Amino acid sequence: MSQPIENQKQQVNFTLNGREVGGSAEPRKLLSDFLRQEMALTGVHVSCEHGICGCCTVRIDGKAVRACLTLAVQVDGRRVDTVESLAHAGELSDLQKAFRKHHGLQCGYCTPGILMSVEAFLEISPKPNEEEIRDMLGGHICRCTGYTGMVRAIKEVVEQRNEPVPLIEV
Amino acid sequence: MKPKGFEYLRAHSVEQALDSLASNGDDAKIISGGNSLMAMLNFRLLEPKVLIDISRLEALSGIEYKGDYLEVGAAATQAQLQAWPGLAERMPLLALAVPHIGHFQTRSKGTVCGSIAHSDPSSELPLCLALLGGSVVLRSKRGEKVLKAADFQLGMLSTACADDEMVVAVRFPVKRQGAGYAFTEVARRKGDFAIIAIAAEAVGGTIRLGIGGVADKPAVREWSDLATDALDDKLNELAWELGGNDDIHASAKYRRQLVRRLGREVIETAQENGVAVKETN
Repeated sequence: MSQPIENQKQQVNFTLNGREVGGSAEPRKLLSDFLRQEMALTGVHVSCEHGICGCCTVRIDGKAVRACLTLAVQVDGRRVDTVESLAHAGELSDLQKAFRKHHGLQCGYCTPGILMSVEAFLEISPKPNEEEIRDMLGGHICRCTGYTGMVRAIKEVVEQRNEPVPLIEV
Repeated sequence: MKPKGFEYLRAHSVEQALDSLASNGDDAKIISGGNSLMAMLNFRLLEPKVLIDISRLEALSGIEYKGDYLEVGAAATQAQLQAWPGLAERMPLLALAVPHIGHFQTRSKGTVCGSIAHSDPSSELPLCLALLGGSVVLRSKRGEKVLKAADFQLGMLSTACADDEMVVAVRFPVKRQGAGYAFTEVARRKGDFAIIAIAAEAVGGTIRLGIGGVADKPAVREWSDLATDALDDKLNELAWELGGNDDIHASAKYRRQLVRRLGREVIETAQENGVAVKETN
């Protein structure tokens, strides 16, 4: 007997952290669950599942979005980036290092979503002031840090990334 | 916290979406940004049989300046509106209100028309649309019609959109000559649901005041040539008329006081902004 149409899995092909991947998902499967369960990317954290907390934030075509408010079938043909895309060959990214240095995390549950938000935000606003940084962080809930360390970390990364390229003396 | 099963249709044209709406009626739901709809599906407050995804329809993704109004298509996001180059100059009220809609991480996907179609009483965009006297473009297999904001939003999460119709665009009137605008909002956290949202337009001796988050839909009042103390009376009457309730977020008394105090403040700011406009012209 064939399954009812709402239970039939659909093929989803997309670019995940720079790699072409494919999988199949029931229409009702949330992107957050699909990334964790089918793609084994457990850096995508799940908490409130209704878009309030920001833990599950990933980037779709570069934009920071809530994975819990997105269906897996909706990312067919899209580019998805998760926190796993940030470190390379075991070395943390500049942003991750700054978060560690400035105690931008404690338990770390909210951190993957925040890191992905910050990367998307800095692409749109490469030189934000503190108020703009805090406004952006307002889209995430962190119950450990009080956000101050995050603000410091982000400010440091902004400075580093905007430093003029040093002139090489000949 | 997971949606019930449904059939997913990614529409390749507006016609295809309308066909599906016509045959599925009440069992189908349109999804674009999904910020509100997905949360409702996750909570199983809604259990549609078919979900029609219009988020990739190029034909609906535009923001177009049409002289008298700005037309925003059903797939255009709030972030797109925020980044529209003429926003501050031509649509000062929207420029003030949009940063209050959710957060950076939700405006990226949430659509302008989605907010209007969802009609949450505390949402910023339905309030702005009502205050500016904008309109909503609805389409179905039967044809297209344009409804005034006040005729579209009927109550809490309730609109005049029929089962076979979809919102294809909304039209926000552009800034009126010599008008000043102001907007403010009280929420637990900036971007969260508004306990109260207030918008005002002041032009000449006429004031238009819009209040969201208190009654079951945005309330708009227009007053002309009021004496200074008469404004307090009008605001007090309005505060009682709106009938705010006691709930976990605020008491009814506090809500009435917000209408009185912030209402006056927003009106005065709109008037000052109007004067500033005149001086720069």
